Amino acid sequence: MTSLQSTEHPTAASARPGSRRRRGWQGLTPALVVVLCGCVSVKAPDKPIVIELNVNIRQEVVYRLAEDAGNTIQGNPDIF
Amino acid sequence: MFRLTDLTLRRGLTLGVAALALATAATSGTVAAQGRNPAYESARRSGLIGERPDGYLGYVAAPSANLRGIVEDINIKRKAVYAQQARANSATVEEYALTAGCMAIARTSPGEKYQAPDGSWQTRGSEPPVRDRRCP
Repeated sequence: MTSLQSTEHPTAASARPGSRRRRGWQGLTPALVVVLCGCVSVKAPDKPIVIELNVNIRQEVVYRLAEDAGNTIQGNPDIF
Repeated sequence: MFRLTDLTLRRGLTLGVAALALATAATSGTVAAQGRNPAYESARRSGLIGERPDGYLGYVAAPSANLRGIVEDINIKRKAVYAQQARANSATVEEYALTAGCMAIARTSPGEKYQAPDGSWQTRGSEPPVRDRRCP
């Protein structure tokens, strides 16, 4: 078991008041974080995953462009 | 008794040949067949590539180098057309591309592949394809 005490020269540690207590508290923080956060869940969601393409595109825009897009596809048969 | 002049005869023959050619073209294939590179058409029919909802071609299976070149060339050309038409319609390239994707998927022939909104590749049957909820 690693010691939480400072391994620096005793005079350096005692020269700064309160430093030993702060360093000890920092050592305890990781352990507290693990206990408080709990476990990570890796279960898959029940609902089907939908890949949202360009979520900001509104349906009304698609409807407005529909006719032109249809014409474009028919006018470029080599690439569609 | 009358005699057909050369001009009338030639005109009549020209019209007849043109009509025959037009009829042949109209009945020889569907819209899907005309104008496409044969390698592209073949890859489409065999399900190696398919239509993506974002308006571009996607790979259903890992493509050969040749097929990759064909598909990327087509996608680049599609993007150019989308950009041009988007500007003319005061829309973004992505909006136009998504709309074209709706149409392209609707036009897939049975047996061809398209990508559903959940990302899975589907085989087109006789029913309407599963498309983005915004598609008309």
